[in-house]
Amino acid sequence: MLDGSDFGLQELLLMARGAGMTLMITFWAVLGGTLMGVVFGLVRSVAPWWINWPLGAVLDIFRSVPLLIQLVLVNSFKSIIGLDVSAFVVSCVVLAFYTSSYCSEIVRAGVQAVPQTTRRAARSLGLSYWQDVRVIVFPIALRVSLPSWTGLTLGVMKDSALVMWIGIAELLRTSQVIVTRIQEPLLVLSVCGLLYFLMSYPISRLGAHLETKWRDLD
Amino acid sequence: MIEIDNVRKSFGPLEVLKGVSMTVAKGEVVSVLGGSGSGKSTLLMCVNGLERIQSGRILVDGTEVHARATDLNRLRQKIGIVFQQLNAFPHLTVLENVMLAPRKVLRKSREEAEAIALRQLKHVGLEDKLKVYPSKLSGGQQQRVAIARALAMSPDYMLLDEVTSALDPQLVGEVLDTLRMLSGEGMTMIVVTHEVSFAREVSDRVAFFKSGLIHEIGPPDQVIDNPREPETAQFMKSVFSSHTR
Repeated sequence: MLDGSDFGLQELLLMARGAGMTLMITFWAVLGGTLMGVVFGLVRSVAPWWINWPLGAVLDIFRSVPLLIQLVLVNSFKSIIGLDVSAFVVSCVVLAFYTSSYCSEIVRAGVQAVPQTTRRAARSLGLSYWQDVRVIVFPIALRVSLPSWTGLTLGVMKDSALVMWIGIAELLRTSQVIVTRIQEPLLVLSVCGLLYFLMSYPISRLGAHLETKWRDLD
Repeated sequence: MIEIDNVRKSFGPLEVLKGVSMTVAKGEVVSVLGGSGSGKSTLLMCVNGLERIQSGRILVDGTEVHARATDLNRLRQKIGIVFQQLNAFPHLTVLENVMLAPRKVLRKSREEAEAIALRQLKHVGLEDKLKVYPSKLSGGQQQRVAIARALAMSPDYMLLDEVTSALDPQLVGEVLDTLRMLSGEGMTMIVVTHEVSFAREVSDRVAFFKSGLIHEIGPPDQVIDNPREPETAQFMKSVFSSHTR
């Protein structure tokens, strides 16, 4: 493919497949993590301390224990108790909890950014608690949270490389394998970086687009 | 009719309302004057159940606001309230702001809600701002959106909580004009305000609040111009001297 290089179509296809794996894991992790994060974040912004405190502590564990350790521990634990799930599922689940712990804080901050007086105004019109949450708090909090959430998604995509330690050939792992084989680290890693960029760029563009669109309203 | 009967309200150790009683008849405009922190605004919050009370009771058309069985969401439909803070919903256009409650609470169709909203926005003179977002409006216009939004529920009562206090002086007039129009139409209103001359002009009665109590209540030419209580007299004097500076 390139003159004087062993990097060919086959390598590129392998890396594309690795990138596909990265995208898949990121997709499930961000989807699950966001759904859980929204629930946890909402609960944390309204719940009494005896729910809030333990939930916060658990989420803190996911945030403060290095992701690599979480992956390896959960993967080993699953083998010990004889649970028949693939490393892929373990990766998605661990990453989803990891994402949710960050996402819950983003959601909580977003909810708290909605002024109390705005919520009072909504309730004074006869809207119920949940109507207020759905049509007032949620849309406003979403606008506040979006930039942080975009950042989180991009972060998770890069962090997902750690799943190689439990035996998944995602983009970075695939690149390493190719480097070992053809001994052209600079070229391979450049292509790898480019692929990460190509995956990240649309997400950050979409985030930026929504941000400008919504900023016109504020 | 709104009947407020010996209402006490505390925030923690701080007692804000210390046994307030007054009634507001249908069609009446009652202004509430008094210094900051005298409990005026809190009283309004209590009337539509946004705040609980410690003792006493408040009846709106015979329904006890703080009774357990009272459906507050339903009761609030007939009590419109506009706050001091500008709080138009920032993610909705002016038209959508006003349509929201008729749609979500009264379950009107989109067309009906739009017709209602359009009528109220014309009423407050904002028919040329329908598709605009609140951030693009002046403070006075935002308060008129809030008034239209409350009116869209066809309330029997309007509670106005210092609605001009957050506005630049040159924007106060347009909002007061809107309130004048409402009082002219016979809307029952409780108006918490610092605008004494406005209170004199629109009110049937004026209540003077001090440290959680109504010190004096009566027609404006009594309470504002010839107060019987020394506290009232002192307050009016301070207000008028600052006005004629």
